[in-house]
Amino acid sequence: MSTSTSNILTVRNLYGRIEGQQVVEDVSFDVPDTGVTALLGRNGVGKTSTIKSILGLIDRSGEVTLGGRRVDRLPTHKVVQLGIGYVPEDREVFGKLTVAENLKLAERSALLNRALVEELFPDLVQRQAQLAGTLSGGQQQMVSLARALLNQNRLLLVDEPTKGLSPKIVGEVAQALLAAAKTVPILLVEQNLQVIRQLADRVVVLSGGRVVFTGEATELLDDPERIQRYLGVHSGSAEVNA
Amino acid sequence: MSTIVLLLITGLGLGALYFLVASGLSLIYGLMGVLNFAHGSFLTIGAFIGWEVALRLSDGSWWALAAAMLTGAVVGALVAAATEFFLIRRLYNRHIEQVLVTVGLALASVALFEGIWGTDPTYVTSPSWLGQTTEILGARIPNNRFMLIVVAVLVLVSIVLFLKFTRYGLIIRAGVENRLMVTALGIDVRRAFTLVFAIGGAAAGLGGVLASIYYGYVSAHIGGSLLIFAFIVTVIGGLGSLAGAAIASVLVAVLQQFANFYLGGTGDLAVVLALAAVLLLRPRGLLGAKA
Repeated sequence: MSTSTSNILTVRNLYGRIEGQQVVEDVSFDVPDTGVTALLGRNGVGKTSTIKSILGLIDRSGEVTLGGRRVDRLPTHKVVQLGIGYVPEDREVFGKLTVAENLKLAERSALLNRALVEELFPDLVQRQAQLAGTLSGGQQQMVSLARALLNQNRLLLVDEPTKGLSPKIVGEVAQALLAAAKTVPILLVEQNLQVIRQLADRVVVLSGGRVVFTGEATELLDDPERIQRYLGVHSGSAEVNA
Repeated sequence: MSTIVLLLITGLGLGALYFLVASGLSLIYGLMGVLNFAHGSFLTIGAFIGWEVALRLSDGSWWALAAAMLTGAVVGALVAAATEFFLIRRLYNRHIEQVLVTVGLALASVALFEGIWGTDPTYVTSPSWLGQTTEILGARIPNNRFMLIVVAVLVLVSIVLFLKFTRYGLIIRAGVENRLMVTALGIDVRRAFTLVFAIGGAAAGLGGVLASIYYGYVSAHIGGSLLIFAFIVTVIGGLGSLAGAAIASVLVAVLQQFANFYLGGTGDLAVVLALAAVLLLRPRGLLGAKA
């Protein structure tokens, strides 16, 4: 696997630990500077931990390069300041802050994609003064996505954005990500195969904490045997499972 | 009636003192999860140095008192910020080490203060009006209680306005909820940690000068004795809740005053029983977040 100048993110020999336990093991992959790269695998293989390791949210070692610059020795806030937007699993909005305060907190500079956010999430404009903790799960996901899209990022790390959402909201989230992917590359962790089919250009598959497959999304998604082997589901299933 | 008024208002005055110490403790625990046993030291050094400055200006004047309060707050803030920067910062998420270091610092600082200012109390001279009383509904209330209440309310309002309307206030409120997510938004939350220590230290240093007016003296142990009640207030109010600390400060102090008067000096026991009741019936405190 060679480092290409067209990759916004390169990950080499990444290890991650939580309370001394190895959760990411020798993971290497690239994220091109356009489109959506899906990070896939069965439940518990270390997808979320890989994202957290890239950001430095958990103990890590290995090499992480963002736009040609090593970031693996930087603290999380400095990695993010270099141009990463993060949408965590379970949204993690600040429930006691209003929607406006959640977005205000995420502002990193004066150059903001406010118009894009307002266009994608008009409901949030109406709910500026509402406490984020009182929003529905779908609305909270919109806040979480809006926080990441507000800044002019070089990469989005989006972790299970459709988890626990109704089919209608899943469609809205997918549309928002599709629109966002036109302006910024995305590394997406997702369990919903339909959403993966809709969004992913490339896939990276993890198993046992390691990368077992990388390639074009169609190479995996058009091959039922690979889907069964790597993701543990039939190609017609809605969700990746274990 | 006059006795009840007296106990209520003096209780409010004592509660104001507790709040000045507990507000910092609560904010520090809420944001950083640090139980700071050295917080009393910020109070004591604020009191000592505040009064040193007052003595050198014009002992007993309002001007000297204002200088003492300002100095106490600044010294408390600086010492607290330095403590966070040089000692606590390396120990986040290492709770046992935090306790050992802050308890050690508290013990060492008492020894240091005794070495500098001696083991005997240093009696302070404040403006004569503060030593007088004002009659309300037949009760003769020591005037210094009014000043304690006014200052504590001003501190509470200032902290609330700071938290509500400044970017750092926003960061602190978000950090109390989810520190890691604040970092993941690209914010250096460590600066907020130092700032919260400084704010807590300023309130404690100011509280130290006011405590010395309340008691009439400064001693190396003044911070430690108030810290015990401030911890109780913080737990009863709910760790991390400023509003909880404010409410619990008043409840604890008023309970203490009434129990002392009506139940033969059992104020401290009543406070400990109240703490036990809260821990048994509502472990997260009055306004603390659910675990």
